[in-house]
Amino acid sequence: MISPSFNAIVPMLCATAGALVVMLAESWRARGERMPLGVLGGIALSAAGIALALLWDQQASSFGVIVADNFGIFVSLVVVVAGLVSIAFSSQVLDRDGIPRGEYYALLLFAIVGMMMMATANDLLVVFIGLEVMSVAVYVLTGIRRDDPRGVEGAFKYFLLGAFASAFLLYGVAFTFGLTGTTRLDGIGQFLAARSMSSSPMVLLAMGLLLVGFAFKISAVPFHMWTPDAYEGAPAVVTGFMSTGVKAAAFAAFTRVFLSAFEPFSADWAPLVWYLAIATMVLGTVVGVAQHNLKRMLAYSSIAHGGYLLVGLVAANQVGKEAILFYLAAYAVTNLAAFGAIALLGTADRANDTLQDYRGLWQSRPMVAGVLTVALLSLGGLPPTAGFIGKWYIFSAAVSAGYYGLAIAGVLTSVISVFFYLRVVVMMYMTEPAGTIAPPVVSRAALATLAVTAAIILYLGVLPTALLDLAAASIDTIF
Amino acid sequence: MIPLGNYLLVSAVLFGIGTAGVFMRRNLITVLLSIEIMLNAVNLTFVAFGRQIGTVDGQIIVAFVMTVAAAEAAVGLALVVALFRHRESLNPDGFTSLRW
Amino acid sequence: MLSLIPLLPFAGFLVNATLGRRLPKGVSGGVASLAMLASFAVAAAAVRRLAGLDPGAFAISETFYSWIASGDIAIDLAFRLDTLSAVMVLVITGIGSLIHVYSIAYMHEEPDAAFARYFSYLNLFAAFMLVLVLGSSFPVMFVGWEGVGLCSYLLIGFWFTKKSASDAGRKAFVVNRVGDYAFVLGMLLLLAHVGTLDFQAVARAVAPQAPETGFGALSIVTLLLFIGATGKSAQIPLHTWLPDAMEGPTPVSALIHATTMVTAGVYMIGRNAVLFSHTPDVLVIVAVVGAATALFAGTIGLVQTDIKRVLAYSTVSQLGYMFLAMGVGAFGAGIFHLYTHAFFKALLFLGSGAVIHALGGEQDIRRMGGLRRELPITYWTFVVGALAIAGVPGLAGFFSKDAILFETFARGHVVLWIVGALTSLLTAAYMFRLVFLTFHGTRLRQGSGEAASAAPRDVDAHAHGGGHARDHGGHLHDAPPAMALALLLLALGSVAAGYVGVPHALGGGNRLHSWLEPAFTASTATVADHETADDAADDHGGGHGADATRLELNLMGVSSALALFGIGMAAWFWLGRRDRAAAIAERAGPVYRLLLNKYYVDQIYDAAIVRPLVALSQVGLWRGLDVRLIDGAVNGVGTTVSAAATTLRRIQSGSVRTYAGFVLAGVILVLGYYPVIEPIVRSMASVFAWPMGR
Repeated sequence: MISPSFNAIVPMLCATAGALVVMLAESWRARGERMPLGVLGGIALSAAGIALALLWDQQASSFGVIVADNFGIFVSLVVVVAGLVSIAFSSQVLDRDGIPRGEYYALLLFAIVGMMMMATANDLLVVFIGLEVMSVAVYVLTGIRRDDPRGVEGAFKYFLLGAFASAFLLYGVAFTFGLTGTTRLDGIGQFLAARSMSSSPMVLLAMGLLLVGFAFKISAVPFHMWTPDAYEGAPAVVTGFMSTGVKAAAFAAFTRVFLSAFEPFSADWAPLVWYLAIATMVLGTVVGVAQHNLKRMLAYSSIAHGGYLLVGLVAANQVGKEAILFYLAAYAVTNLAAFGAIALLGTADRANDTLQDYRGLWQSRPMVAGVLTVALLSLGGLPPTAGFIGKWYIFSAAVSAGYYGLAIAGVLTSVISVFFYLRVVVMMYMTEPAGTIAPPVVSRAALATLAVTAAIILYLGVLPTALLDLAAASIDTIF
Repeated sequence: MIPLGNYLLVSAVLFGIGTAGVFMRRNLITVLLSIEIMLNAVNLTFVAFGRQIGTVDGQIIVAFVMTVAAAEAAVGLALVVALFRHRESLNPDGFTSLRW
Repeated sequence: MLSLIPLLPFAGFLVNATLGRRLPKGVSGGVASLAMLASFAVAAAAVRRLAGLDPGAFAISETFYSWIASGDIAIDLAFRLDTLSAVMVLVITGIGSLIHVYSIAYMHEEPDAAFARYFSYLNLFAAFMLVLVLGSSFPVMFVGWEGVGLCSYLLIGFWFTKKSASDAGRKAFVVNRVGDYAFVLGMLLLLAHVGTLDFQAVARAVAPQAPETGFGALSIVTLLLFIGATGKSAQIPLHTWLPDAMEGPTPVSALIHATTMVTAGVYMIGRNAVLFSHTPDVLVIVAVVGAATALFAGTIGLVQTDIKRVLAYSTVSQLGYMFLAMGVGAFGAGIFHLYTHAFFKALLFLGSGAVIHALGGEQDIRRMGGLRRELPITYWTFVVGALAIAGVPGLAGFFSKDAILFETFARGHVVLWIVGALTSLLTAAYMFRLVFLTFHGTRLRQGSGEAASAAPRDVDAHAHGGGHARDHGGHLHDAPPAMALALLLLALGSVAAGYVGVPHALGGGNRLHSWLEPAFTASTATVADHETADDAADDHGGGHGADATRLELNLMGVSSALALFGIGMAAWFWLGRRDRAAAIAERAGPVYRLLLNKYYVDQIYDAAIVRPLVALSQVGLWRGLDVRLIDGAVNGVGTTVSAAATTLRRIQSGSVRTYAGFVLAGVILVLGYYPVIEPIVRSMASVFAWPMGR
């Protein structure tokens, strides 16, 4: 390459190039001509994935602001996989819903660039730029069905609140800059560690504002209000992508900023995150019980899962940090499978996403029902699925760090949450089909992808050590 | 030489005005403008701190923030237009088909 | 080799789940049954190998790989076949096979798809149950623990078109969640306290310590685990789901809700005998809960009118016996009873299934009678089962019940012994009431005599009910060959199963006791340090002085006399003149109604917990949350959570300005935490002495 300094941003360049090519190809496309744009996007993402794999253990750093350490690479890979799976589900859905392909794939790729940037950023300003690149693309993706009033409404709410929260985050960056004279995370960490300015109002102000910004993106209560509306309004494929990618990227940046730069003040932020975690787990679970729309139910479920991740962040011991990464990956695969199944069941005129639409699905579409069952059991944390292992690590990290309250609340909420996941399973297996809706045709490629995700969920539940070793190796490089 | 505290105070007041605007104004365009005011308040903070520290970093950051704000505004206005087409209204309280 | 035992039924599940809908019934039922039989064969071979091992290392372990390993946690995915799990594995695969074969005949009226679905669930259940008993650590056991719960839920609600069935499934699920919650917390706490979750390692870590006096960390762990066990094994106060679970198909009741899954709690305590022995206070709780459940459920069983519900309460009562044994430290006796109970209770359930099958879905014993002549095989096997459970000398139940009662008495728990003896009287009485009402006398036709005046009941509730009786023009058919075979083999088992544990007092070697002994100790190296809790057991198993023999013989005489007296009582009331029973019922009106309504437990839960909680959470969210978290146990959980959910979701008003308001409120809370909130919380904490922070 030109200079080794560029190495760390090669994955992002790959995805960006892919996005540009897709956009250009779309604009030169003759009317009615079909282009394999999804394949193009897939190739770009695969290239990014390979680049990420090659950077493993290299500690590459570009200009000091992007650091491709193992932690960042791990999360970037999760994001790339989320993108690939989403692309595999998309083709059928795009045709059905009349979504413009070029814009869709380009935005998806740009969002992934932003996510990778957040995961590898070593500078608060780069975190902010990555967050905005990601967010702007995802806002548009949410409302990409312009003819659907609900989609546009969800997108607008997401945008307005997102911009609002970003302003708080940026204000936090400004105060950190004013306090330490730098926006580099390592510089901030050194500055804060050198001066133990406990309870300095300026530090608390900066930290609090940054916390708000990240809490919004991971939809922690009470910053979660946008989540159900945006998740329900967006097409199910997009929901699957943003519920995993956005959360993973935001959590990566959150973890990195608070466990490296603001590590010296962990005694100050941990109690706040403790409250956030409890509120998030409880509200996400309890309100989820009352939902009858599957997408909305999974939106509350994803809120609750953000709470479990926060538990790992509070515990912040070795197990806790590994648990966060494992949980992010397990949750990503699981949620992609669940939303993928929902997306594939929709038809052009009906989303088929209310609980009643799943009546007797076992008879009409056994394969989709089976995958959805595995995904829901994993979300509920039942063994032997990836979700069980993830929860197990999170809660045992909390217990070994002495946070019994978090463990009790976490186990209680996950026990309750199984109630609403299983309600869907009951609908699918223990009711007669309603018979009014013709089962949609599902393409073989999408079915194969579904099967692969289900297999990964079970694999991670039965043989989690490989991924855990990766997570452990990722943690070693930064904390 | 105006002391740093005054700049920070002005920007804090601006930020407060923007924040209040977001959930007090009943016109979507004004709400968007309020968010821009918040971002500009932060810009002022950056410049003030940069000046205090004695580097140009603060001003460079502002350039980035303004770019981002422009992109955000573009998307925001596009969404407002799309929303207006469906509902013929710019009242933020009117869009409650997604709830509960 | 061990992995094959659960993998074979799992393979059966895969076949039926994927191809089942396209397979004819004979194939899908055959595949499922063959998978179980093959699993039984492998299990038998494994146990043979185990028996040939040197007694010092009396276990076969099979570690597959390190399952959950990170930091200081290391949990292997490993199976371990020791003497205790050997008994369980044989019971599960053996009786499971019979029930599979029986089901082929019993379920033959179901459509192909439902038939395959039934067998896939049944196979999956067996696979999880085998993982549960073979797992060598808590997490592996938990895999099976959750899995069997899920399958049980699916099977109870198998006839989902019937509302009572889906309600029952839901209830079983909610109640089991309460237990699971405690179980998971117990595991996590144990991990934090001992640092491992491997059964052997836990036992080794705990063994050198002195038994915990007072109520320390270990006691909390075992108490939580015990609460988990009460959920699975239907003990007070989490017993309410089991009788309702009878809505499932009868073979399911026989397999899951009588012989295997519900004994998981007993097995879990036996598995952790060393750990539980170190918390004597909790053991007392276990014993008292067990004895109370035994008596309580026995009295209810006396007045139930649904044939399966009588058996369900009988199961709850017998499980209480097992917990009593565990609680007094007689782990071997408890497992012995678990093992014999599996035979005769499966037999009784399958027999009741044959009756229900013959009568086209009728389950009300007041509408039965005189079936003795028409269903001879069913009748005679049923009587064998009833004699066995009643504890008539020479049959399986006699030996195991005697072992429990003797050990309870010998360890000085006289009150518990009296409760146990009384229950054994009740057991004989309600079982023979069932026999006499079902098989003797004359059958009352529908809509006449007593049946007409009886409480209204949905006769055709059984979704199975194509109505055999109608098909055959009133002439009843005895069990078809597949069912008869299962009945006969189980009857044989109910007679013979007890002879592996003939006590010394009767000149036997009590081989089961000495066979199980190694499973209840930490390991050969550390046993010597810690024998205090097992002194009485040692007297029993080892030297066995003349005094003990005389005592045991006397107790045996007492319990046999009680059993015979109970049978006689049942004969006096229900064989000759049923009006005597009616007269008694009338005279003891309030008591009778109390029993008939199962002590109003469901109603009390409903009135005392569910309704007030619903009301509270609708009035005030905070109170609702608080009360719910503290004691919204059992039935209330589902209802109250959804009440809170409907309230809380209203916050999500849809208005974006409200959302922005929440964000701002969050900002104010976060930024105001240190200047304002934290000092307030701190001062309140000092006033109320709350444990802060963590």
